[in-house]
Amino acid sequence: MAGDKLTTTEYIKHHLQNLTFGRHADGSWGLAHTPQEAKEMGFWAIHLDTMFWSVILGVLFLWLFGKAAKSATSDTPSGMVNFVEWIVEFIDDNVRGSFTGKNDLVAPLALTLFVWILLQNTMDLVPVDWIPQIAHLLGIQYMKVVPTTDPNATFGMSFGVFYLMIHYSFKIKKPLGFARELTMQPFQAKNPLLQLLFMPVNLFLEGIGLLAKPVSLSLRLFGNLFAGEMIFILIALLFSGGLIFGLLGGVLQWAWAVFHILIVLLQAFIFMTLTVVYLEMAHQEH
Amino acid sequence: MNINLTLIGQSIAFIVFVWFCMKYIWPPIMSALEQRKKNIADGLAAAERGKKERELGEQRAMELIKDAKSKAAEIIASAEKRGTEIVEEAKNDAKVEGERIITAAHTEIDQEAHRAREALRGELAALVTAGAAQILGREIDPTVHSQMLDELAAQL
Repeated sequence: MAGDKLTTTEYIKHHLQNLTFGRHADGSWGLAHTPQEAKEMGFWAIHLDTMFWSVILGVLFLWLFGKAAKSATSDTPSGMVNFVEWIVEFIDDNVRGSFTGKNDLVAPLALTLFVWILLQNTMDLVPVDWIPQIAHLLGIQYMKVVPTTDPNATFGMSFGVFYLMIHYSFKIKKPLGFARELTMQPFQAKNPLLQLLFMPVNLFLEGIGLLAKPVSLSLRLFGNLFAGEMIFILIALLFSGGLIFGLLGGVLQWAWAVFHILIVLLQAFIFMTLTVVYLEMAHQEH
Repeated sequence: MNINLTLIGQSIAFIVFVWFCMKYIWPPIMSALEQRKKNIADGLAAAERGKKERELGEQRAMELIKDAKSKAAEIIASAEKRGTEIVEEAKNDAKVEGERIITAAHTEIDQEAHRAREALRGELAALVTAGAAQILGREIDPTVHSQMLDELAAQL
């Protein structure tokens, strides 16, 4: 698979290229056939593979949980319903533990984030060449199956979270309270003139702190999953190196997959927990 | 790794998923869980009540058993008393009866002795008469001397 005609660099590059649909340089719309073309499309292009897999997995999540929600009763739960309830209770416990305000959005948000990210991350455990190879047979040139290795996906979620943070900061603290939070700390002074001097410094520091939250949230998830994917790709390179390297690659892939289960779960959990914590901070009045 | 429209697409998908989850998934599951929690709490309370009632019942049963035991003891005591009474009565009856029999026997013996004595007296009178007749060599007429003989017999 890995190097019939491709060099190692080409193989890796190929695996890191999204299936991009957008406006070509000459003005026509269509799929990008090279990474160069994709780059030239600029902002007005869309990663079909990322969208497809994330939406499919999101729908899978909603379908599974919706089915369980429909058949959930106070009687003895069975099978799938029990599993879903277990996850829901796990999320509920976590949200109750770190979110003290009253907001009906936070818990479902946490559940959606956790399960959706978990499902997207889990795509990483599918051997890296399987789905791209099938796509290749269907005539699709590029196929990146792990949506969370696309920063567009992680930033999409973290911007949503950022919007909610701002929204609730304004709603709970009122604009004045939010402004005070951004300008009156960490440097404080009794002298009004001195305080006035501190305000831009405070705004700069707090502003960076505020912006760092969504950026770190999405980059953490993206970085972890991208690195994991990268190692899978590198391990897959061994398969083209003969029997010994192939066997070694098999063992390595298995070992890394086992370890990666931890990352898959952990990153989904961290994203969810930090979202809840950030929203809790947005709800806190000083 | 280009940032492009996908970002907005992903944001929209994210919002739709969260909205759907908040509207159709979270509330029914949570309400089912709450309802079950309540059911379990009610069940536990009922079990607690049942336990208390059982304890009360056991107490009541113990009291009943105690009552029954003391009653039984009373009955046994009175029965024993009655028994000794009956025995005493029977003893008395037997004594009285025995005395009666003894008295009757005594009377009979006295009568028998009296009768025998009378008979002996009679015979003795006859013998004395016969003896005296032989000694005197003449016949004593019993009819003539009967008064004298009777007096003699009475003195014996």
